Amino acid sequence: MAKYILNRLWQTVIVLIGVTLITFVMINIAPGDPVAVMMAKKADEATITKIREQMGLNEPLPVQYITFLKNAVTGDFGNSYFQKYPVSTLIARGFKVTGTLAVGVLLFSIPFGLILGILAAIFRGRILDRVFMFISTLGMALPSFWFAIILQLIFGLWLKVLPISGVNTLSGYVLPSIALGLIYGASIARLTRTNMLEVLNQDYIRTAHAKGVSEVAVVLRHSLRNAAIPILTYLGTLIKNILGGSVLVETVFSIKGLGSLLVEGIMKRDIPVIQGCTIYIATVFVIANLLIDLLYGLIDPRIRVSKGGA
Amino acid sequence: MSKKSQALPVDTVKFSSFYHDAFLRLRKDKVAVCCLAFVILLIIVAVFAPIIAPYPESYQDTANILSGSSSEHLLGTDEYGRDILSRIIYGSRVSLMVGVVAESIAVVIGVTMGALAGYYGGKVDMVISRIIEVFASFPQILFAIVIMFVLGTGIINVFFAIGFVGWTSVARVIRSQVMQLKSNEYVEAARASGGGNLAIIMRHLIPNCLSTIIVIITMEIPADIMYEASLSFLGLGVQPPQSSWGEMINKARTYLRANPTYSIYPGIALVLTVLAFNLLGDALRDALDPKLKNL
Repeated sequence: MAKYILNRLWQTVIVLIGVTLITFVMINIAPGDPVAVMMAKKADEATITKIREQMGLNEPLPVQYITFLKNAVTGDFGNSYFQKYPVSTLIARGFKVTGTLAVGVLLFSIPFGLILGILAAIFRGRILDRVFMFISTLGMALPSFWFAIILQLIFGLWLKVLPISGVNTLSGYVLPSIALGLIYGASIARLTRTNMLEVLNQDYIRTAHAKGVSEVAVVLRHSLRNAAIPILTYLGTLIKNILGGSVLVETVFSIKGLGSLLVEGIMKRDIPVIQGCTIYIATVFVIANLLIDLLYGLIDPRIRVSKGGA
Repeated sequence: MSKKSQALPVDTVKFSSFYHDAFLRLRKDKVAVCCLAFVILLIIVAVFAPIIAPYPESYQDTANILSGSSSEHLLGTDEYGRDILSRIIYGSRVSLMVGVVAESIAVVIGVTMGALAGYYGGKVDMVISRIIEVFASFPQILFAIVIMFVLGTGIINVFFAIGFVGWTSVARVIRSQVMQLKSNEYVEAARASGGGNLAIIMRHLIPNCLSTIIVIITMEIPADIMYEASLSFLGLGVQPPQSSWGEMINKARTYLRANPTYSIYPGIALVLTVLAFNLLGDALRDALDPKLKNL
């Protein structure tokens, strides 16, 4: 187990270095002089040269990268060009909002997906199964940003029951969570159904039935636990996609989260913000994946053996 | 003679190839046939857009601005009085082109990387696998956004951005498939008869991955179409006056109260297209390569 953990940690470090390198290289080959953008053509040539010097932009790129990496490790991504705050402060502020949204998405999509998937598996081949699978197939084809607008139209403009922009109150998170969560709930439903069907065919389930264990207990205690492992693996991808998808949903609902911070940074060419957000989001995913993998090893002993542990 | 052929109906036994079999299986699937028909219809609409669309893409009917459905404008008009139906028809061109071109880029990079990693194994595999892992660490849409920032807006750059984002999933599948295939006897035979590594990869391994590649393409095209719509929705993709479904939904957002259906129609076009490709992909996977079930 220790070897497995060490191996996994080492991999994570390499991937994180790769993440910073790709981001740094991409941003640096983007056309346009950051200082000229920052000064919005208000400064003369001499001032620009001076600022470039101060910001270390005249150093060769590898040196700049090392400096950047050193600072990034301590959580320092520099200052925003346009807002007079360090990028780390802006990210922390944005993450509070996006994190709450992510929790909302998980709270909606996991129960939604599990319930749909379990019921579809139990009633497989019947009308209920078909209806639920149709809902989930449709859900996977709905673009979150468009579904968000539809929700705004229905609940905000016609029924007038929920706020359609901003997150001043917790109720502001309801529509964004559903808009973003539907597609993931739909995937979880499909995944759950497939896994449940596989598990329900196993001998030990038949044994449980033969023993006279009630249907509910068979589903909840015997099937769901085994069916849950692939869903746990999906959780990593889910977190990554929620962070990505929040870019779109935050735009629709005018939420000031990490996603809109990034989009705003792109529009204004605010390089430290773009760099910081990109690396931060990728890092959250890489770390989450690491934790899930370790947790997975704990739950399922077969994995730590097969992955060269022991 | 006729007696013999009755006893042994050689001429009625058809040699059915792998792809022919798959086609027969696909034809039995009613949903798949409907989806295929829809996709073909979409291609026809996109190709003949100037003939089919009731108005030119940028024609402005200034007397009818943000109007609802009418006999003149079936799906109403936008903020410049442009016919929404016509713009949806023209927008199908962007979606389909992105699906084809961006996915081709992803497949070329993905198959090359996947085949190299799977065939050579060892250090090559380790390096490529790490690269894949790094690329896959970014949420796809976010990565596409940053690439659009680097390249600038416009449809050509959308192709590249989405292609760069999509190659990792192709590479992963091809890598594991090549790994399995390379231990086959025909690969050994090819090597024994003097085939070089490159020849073995190009002539034996990649052709054997073809059915997998077809399945991946069909399953990734809807995702690519969705990414394009998302980028254009954020204003980073296709630029007006060229119409794209994502860009239309973005513009419509401002006029939710004045013309609510403006935002709904391009979305329905997008949903139907993605749905058709998704279902077609599922059916193709079942027909060609059931092993990919958990993709």
